[in-house]
Amino acid sequence: MDPLALTLIELGAVVFCLGLLARLAGRIGMSPIPLYLVGGLAFGAGGVVKLEGMHEFAHLSGEIGVILLLLMLGLEYTAAELFTGLRRSWQAGVLDLVLNFLPGAALALLLGWGTVGAMVMGGVTYISSSGIAAKVITDLGRIGNRETPVVLSILVFEDLAMAVYLPILTATLAGVSFLGGLTTVAISLAVVTVVLMVALRHGHRVSKAVHSENSEVFLLNLLGAALLVAGVASALQVSAAVGAFMLGIAISGATAHSATRILEPLRDLFAAIFFVAFGLNTDPSTIPPVLGWALILAAITATTKMLTGIWAAKRAGIARRGRFRAGAALIARGEFSIVIAGLAVASGVVPDDLAALATAYVLIMAVLGPLAARYVEPVLKAFGGPVRLAAKA
Amino acid sequence: MNVDETDLPGMGRRKDFMTTSGRRIGVVELREGTMELIVSTWDDPDTCQASIPLTGDEAATLGNLLGGQHLAMKLTEEHREIPGIVTRQFSIAPESPFQNQPMGKACIRTRCGVSIVAIMREGEVLPSPGPDVVLHSGDLLVAVGTQEGLDSAADILRNG
Repeated sequence: MDPLALTLIELGAVVFCLGLLARLAGRIGMSPIPLYLVGGLAFGAGGVVKLEGMHEFAHLSGEIGVILLLLMLGLEYTAAELFTGLRRSWQAGVLDLVLNFLPGAALALLLGWGTVGAMVMGGVTYISSSGIAAKVITDLGRIGNRETPVVLSILVFEDLAMAVYLPILTATLAGVSFLGGLTTVAISLAVVTVVLMVALRHGHRVSKAVHSENSEVFLLNLLGAALLVAGVASALQVSAAVGAFMLGIAISGATAHSATRILEPLRDLFAAIFFVAFGLNTDPSTIPPVLGWALILAAITATTKMLTGIWAAKRAGIARRGRFRAGAALIARGEFSIVIAGLAVASGVVPDDLAALATAYVLIMAVLGPLAARYVEPVLKAFGGPVRLAAKA
Repeated sequence: MNVDETDLPGMGRRKDFMTTSGRRIGVVELREGTMELIVSTWDDPDTCQASIPLTGDEAATLGNLLGGQHLAMKLTEEHREIPGIVTRQFSIAPESPFQNQPMGKACIRTRCGVSIVAIMREGEVLPSPGPDVVLHSGDLLVAVGTQEGLDSAADILRNG
């Protein structure tokens, strides 16, 4: 068959299947990410059906998916929100980082994947899925709850941590020397600080530069700017994703809101292809051997996230049930864990087992997270003894 | 009254306070510009029993209902000394003939001796409105007068 025709047919079939999977996920009220990953596993190397034609397209689309994911993450918070979030929750943020980075890193060392593997797996277990968390909070009607700002500030801290972590990861994966690594980190920290300052003072100018009343012009401006910034950042060894994230932070106010609206469908498409592409590159037969480790890691890091949430909520003066709700909302891992694992796999310096472990881990956590958030309260009521009456304020 | 304002990064802003009955009540202003009315459960002030999405119109109407009642109660209190004087609220229905007309056109003071002392609109109070204030549907008029005067004023506002 004509290679173009083959690619189109494969791509069409895959995107159509993703649509069915997304509908199924919506029907049973779960995140579509684990289903996309499973879809990728089924079609990829060693899967049920082998797709060859769309590999190149899936690769590039996946990269664009990562850029869009990070761009929209940056758009989500204004620079002012990032600053107040940082001030209000840095203690909880540091605890979150220590408690949740260490289990992944320790397991990687235990499995003999070295410091690079530890760096990657630590990131995978550290970062909660802000997408899943936000959806869970909205779906369960918890926006007005008192523990919600606590959860959101921890997510804000994690996003800022990503801005520092990703350049370090990129440098580590590229195998730069310790000194070279330090330079990269220094550059990225400087860039992050400068961008935050610029965003705080001159965010409206950046917004004005890309903004347009015409949605077509606006979309092209945004996408062009994001790819350009990501490309330049990548050339400077600061990681394309971070560049896009910084651009997202710099765009603020009303422009950020309309940018979110306009980019959402595009992000959904490319991010879905990114998850599939990640699954495509993972051989399903490598998963069963690491499944036990993934389950252990899932149990540990679900507990550590829970503890983080409980501690942070307690400090904010939230009562017992609210503390558990806060912890459970943070459990889900998803898109950004896969982004981190994807960067590592693309560099080719980590063993194949790492991709398998990360996939299995995210599959478990993306399903477990929303379930935990939903059922933590009934479970607590059933086993937690008598419910204390509310204190009068 | 102490209203707490809390940022919800990436979502919006929450404004709430604690009632004497031990419930937390307030609104969440979401980024997309919509609003939610939140009421906490009786046993856990951290959580919400209800979060009810409100359109701008609905929020304004609710504000009028709550604020109007408060204003009317205050006025009644003040007029207690004068026998025969009553405070009442009229809402302007969409089919009212005076919708989008200046209030003076209804000649309520001339025709029934009733004073409109305030208009509640979108949660705000317009005190002592002049005859050139244009009425809109959903406005809540706070009127002071005799029982009969208020009855005929209600009739005028409804049927012209």
